[in-house]
Amino acid sequence: MTQEEFNHIQTAHCENGVTVNLLKMKGLDSITEPLAFGIGSGLFYIHVPFLKINKGPAISFRSMPGAIFKKTCKALDIDVTHKRFRSMEKAQSFLDSRIDTGNPVGCQVGVFHLMYFPKSYRFHFNAHNLIVYGRENDNYLVSDPIMETTTSLTRVELEKVRFTKGPFAPKGHVYYPENVGEVSNDLLRQAIVKGIKNNIRMMIQIPSIRAGAKGIKFTAGQIPKWREKLGEKKAGLYLGQIVRMQEEIGTGGGGFRFLYAAFLEQAAEKLQDDRLISISEQLTKSGDLWRDSALQMAGIYKGRITSIKDFEDSANILKEISALEKDAFRNLKALKLRV
Amino acid sequence: MKKHELPQDKGDLENFTREVCYVKNKEGKYEKGLSTGWKIKQAALDNAWEEIERIVAETKKSVLNGEVSPIKYYMELQVMDMPVLSAYTGFWSFQIKRHMKPSVFNKLTTSKLEKYASAFNISIDELKNLK
Repeated sequence: MTQEEFNHIQTAHCENGVTVNLLKMKGLDSITEPLAFGIGSGLFYIHVPFLKINKGPAISFRSMPGAIFKKTCKALDIDVTHKRFRSMEKAQSFLDSRIDTGNPVGCQVGVFHLMYFPKSYRFHFNAHNLIVYGRENDNYLVSDPIMETTTSLTRVELEKVRFTKGPFAPKGHVYYPENVGEVSNDLLRQAIVKGIKNNIRMMIQIPSIRAGAKGIKFTAGQIPKWREKLGEKKAGLYLGQIVRMQEEIGTGGGGFRFLYAAFLEQAAEKLQDDRLISISEQLTKSGDLWRDSALQMAGIYKGRITSIKDFEDSANILKEISALEKDAFRNLKALKLRV
Repeated sequence: MKKHELPQDKGDLENFTREVCYVKNKEGKYEKGLSTGWKIKQAALDNAWEEIERIVAETKKSVLNGEVSPIKYYMELQVMDMPVLSAYTGFWSFQIKRHMKPSVFNKLTTSKLEKYASAFNISIDELKNLK
């Protein structure tokens, strides 16, 4: 496929983007990024115990890598093929055989060696997603959904990012949808309801103090303790890590909360159910509060305000968010959506 | 977030891309907006890199003082942690910790050094002779 034939759609989040791009290509015009995110139950919060990422707390604002694509396709009755490889040559020749017959594929890659990313964004993060849609000799044509335009990678560069190592090592992982049938409005509505129900479970029904809306409160409780135990500087770095995870390119802002609010808005229209609008407003409010918390935390990691009260103020915003998101998902649950 | 509130600050994404954010338009409906960056996030990123640079410089000093082996320095330089370095080299983390002792490092075989050098994308010579 050439650059002219491929219709690149930029999205906030890479996995949503690959899902939307691949499904649209197969004729599913009704899919949008918020729908893919919501049907794939992408919204989450978890403060992972014992694990450190880049010497800071391991916090995530969304579900496990790969889950959005998988759940969205499953809910829409679309078969998915996944392949991982031991050998680089086999991985490469499989990819070549797909794109040479005009079939773009989703690829899981690591960003550390991803040359078209700014240097400061390149950490050892192995769950980035992009589409390879064609090649010109040894130059592979890439549609990275978070980039404004399509890009390209040489054979060696592509091999390198497909075989990075460490947690979530991609092992040449490629995936693509098959047998995309007619998605009726009924099926789409069912998928939306299924996605919402699953997200309710993830946000308010997991029996752990570290996951879902409760997890946000857990982090809030840690913040003043960090200052006590680690000192102002290190605690400040920890807060910076929260902000980076929340506002990192690919979240659509506010730790995916605006994206989910947009999903609920579209869901209200598809399900003809205006009650979802007020819950969408709650998620918007939550996204705004996440951004307020980032402002407050920035004062700390810039070293401008460092008293215990400043840390407590940050924690209090997170507590407010925790309560708000809990309420929003309780409200969703109370709707008893059915199709 | 409303569309007019979407920050358009300068940052590391400049000359690479703008990013998609979901914002409310005048009619109160969500739409995609493009942002060049947000200074609050940029400050967090700068802060993280300053810390990495501080640790790298500190580790270099310790290597030159003979307190740790260059493996530790290159690990920090490549922003790796134990699980990542362990995956690239095939060594267990307790082995890597041993190899970070200068006395053990000096006796490492070429094949072991080669594994580290390739993980760090440098030559064995560079690995052994940190300047």
